[in-house]
Amino acid sequence: MSATNTLSGLTADQPGTTKLFNTGAPRPAFRLFVAVVILLILVALPFFLAPYPLSLAGRALAFGLLVVSVDLLTGVMGMPSLGQVAYFGAGAYTAGLVGIHLSSSGLVQLLIGTLAGAALALLTGAVAVRTAGIVFLMITLAIGELAHIGVDSLSVVGASNGLAGIPPVSVLPGGEPLTVPGYLYWWVLAVFVIGFCAAVILNRSPLGRSMRGVRDGELRLRALGQNTYSVKLIAYTIAGGVAGAAGTAWVAQTQFISPGDLGFDMAAFALLSVVLGGAGSLWGPVIGAGLVIFVRDWLGGYIEGRGTLLLGVVFVIAVYVLPRGVAGIKGRSLRRKSSDS
Amino acid sequence: MLAWFDANTATILNGLALGAVLFLIAVGLSLVFGTMDVLNLAHGAVSLMGAYVGVAMYGAAPTTGMFFLAMAIAAAVGFAAGGVLATMVSPVRNHLRQALLTLGMALIVAELLQEVFGPEVRSVPVPEFLSSTVSLMGNPYPVYRLAMVAAGIVVAVVLYIVLERTRAGAIVRATVADRAMVEAIGIRTKVVLALVFGGGAALAAVGGLLAAPILGAQPGLDDQILLLALVIVVIGGLGSLRGALLGALVVGQVQTIGVSVVNEFASFLLFAALAAVLLFRPQGLLPARKGAHV
Repeated sequence: MSATNTLSGLTADQPGTTKLFNTGAPRPAFRLFVAVVILLILVALPFFLAPYPLSLAGRALAFGLLVVSVDLLTGVMGMPSLGQVAYFGAGAYTAGLVGIHLSSSGLVQLLIGTLAGAALALLTGAVAVRTAGIVFLMITLAIGELAHIGVDSLSVVGASNGLAGIPPVSVLPGGEPLTVPGYLYWWVLAVFVIGFCAAVILNRSPLGRSMRGVRDGELRLRALGQNTYSVKLIAYTIAGGVAGAAGTAWVAQTQFISPGDLGFDMAAFALLSVVLGGAGSLWGPVIGAGLVIFVRDWLGGYIEGRGTLLLGVVFVIAVYVLPRGVAGIKGRSLRRKSSDS
Repeated sequence: MLAWFDANTATILNGLALGAVLFLIAVGLSLVFGTMDVLNLAHGAVSLMGAYVGVAMYGAAPTTGMFFLAMAIAAAVGFAAGGVLATMVSPVRNHLRQALLTLGMALIVAELLQEVFGPEVRSVPVPEFLSSTVSLMGNPYPVYRLAMVAAGIVVAVVLYIVLERTRAGAIVRATVADRAMVEAIGIRTKVVLALVFGGGAALAAVGGLLAAPILGAQPGLDDQILLLALVIVVIGGLGSLRGALLGALVVGQVQTIGVSVVNEFASFLLFAALAAVLLFRPQGLLPARKGAHV
């Protein structure tokens, strides 16, 4: 009996992955086409937007990459986290310090910042991923808050004033600094695309399959002989690296990082962007992140700083209107079509 | 050691007073989680509503009648807010979507409060009849803080008796243990849950009001209160009354003794304590007992 169960578990895994490409979604070629069109629109933004909205778009991309890292844990692996701001902060502060003291090259900052995020995630994750569910959520909350308080009391990084005076990035060491808003935005977009592709590749890799296994039935995975602890730790480390990369993009865009950027509300908004966008799909949460920045910082600017109020309204409405997040809209309209026919 | 206690009596008492109001606030969060399986992230905002009831009603130091009237109004406001939240959250089963909903409500409430009462710190006076001091080891100590401790003890005892010794408490505990069975004997569990949610929110609002003379009332305080309450219920054990009490006492002491001993690292201590407890006792120090006893 148990043998057949295990077998069905094994075979159930295969359709699960093909489902990712086919069921309810158009053919891969079409998806690729949509992705290319969206990428072209993103690339073309500097030709249409004024500098301020463009800087907001850059921040939305950096925040979006942070949200992708949260989604890797929350949606793909089923472990909701409030701690990714710590690795985001590690990447951002490292990039800032590298920028001030070492090199203004964005590539160097990206590399070192990503490593810093991943290293911190490896260290803290070693204990954090031993837990699950609400305990994991609270441990990651503690990690995020400890990082927040940590940089707040460290005078080397400007304490509560934040790290200011970060020079504009250049792409290569010794290259021309990117002071034109459009070029800077393209750099942030490049970091986002690299990070997002890394997340997509991870999601489709055998490790990504194991991560979904942890989400859907960790005990079964363990019964199959998988070491789920190492799956979780490796995934946590990679997600930390993605968050670190997001931090370097954020610093490249804003040339400033302060403890407030890794506070509880940033952590909560990152997690809620995942829920808003639809946990588990990687593109949905990015739209959720864009929506959060758009509502709070862009619309909020028009109605005298009521952005947070508006964001609250959006959250509440979304709970009832979008039961599966933004990513669920597509599935729903397709289902409706198929039930019509 | 004794000399240290002598020197720090006031600090320890301050910690007790803070712990007492934090208990009032956190116990609602814990009970709502225990009964409804909802982590209410609007809990801090509800508590801040209570603090602003004080701002709105007290001009100078309030009279005794005014003080108790304010408490009643804070309780009513909190109860109503809890009822609304319970109704809104009841069709939402997924934990993360509940978080989205309750945090969304918290943002709305906090922004509206800021709209009405302004962004500055509003101080709330101590009621007249509690504004005196007593002599403690030769030093004056405010009576109000002792009254906070007393209020905490009273609420803890009353809650314990209600939940463990009355029919109403038995229904609540039964709802936690087996909702379907309680429905089957003809009790509408939705109403039970809404009442628990409302009661917890009422306690949070009263706690916010009582804490206002010490913590003040200002935008952003709701986040701090929510974080403290989360730490308390997680350290103590989610869904457990005794756990919330122990957690509140620990956090009260960490926040006061911590500040007086290691000052800038006090907030480190709080979250380090949280992490340590979770790693060694993931279920909390005094988890909810089997059979849904509090």
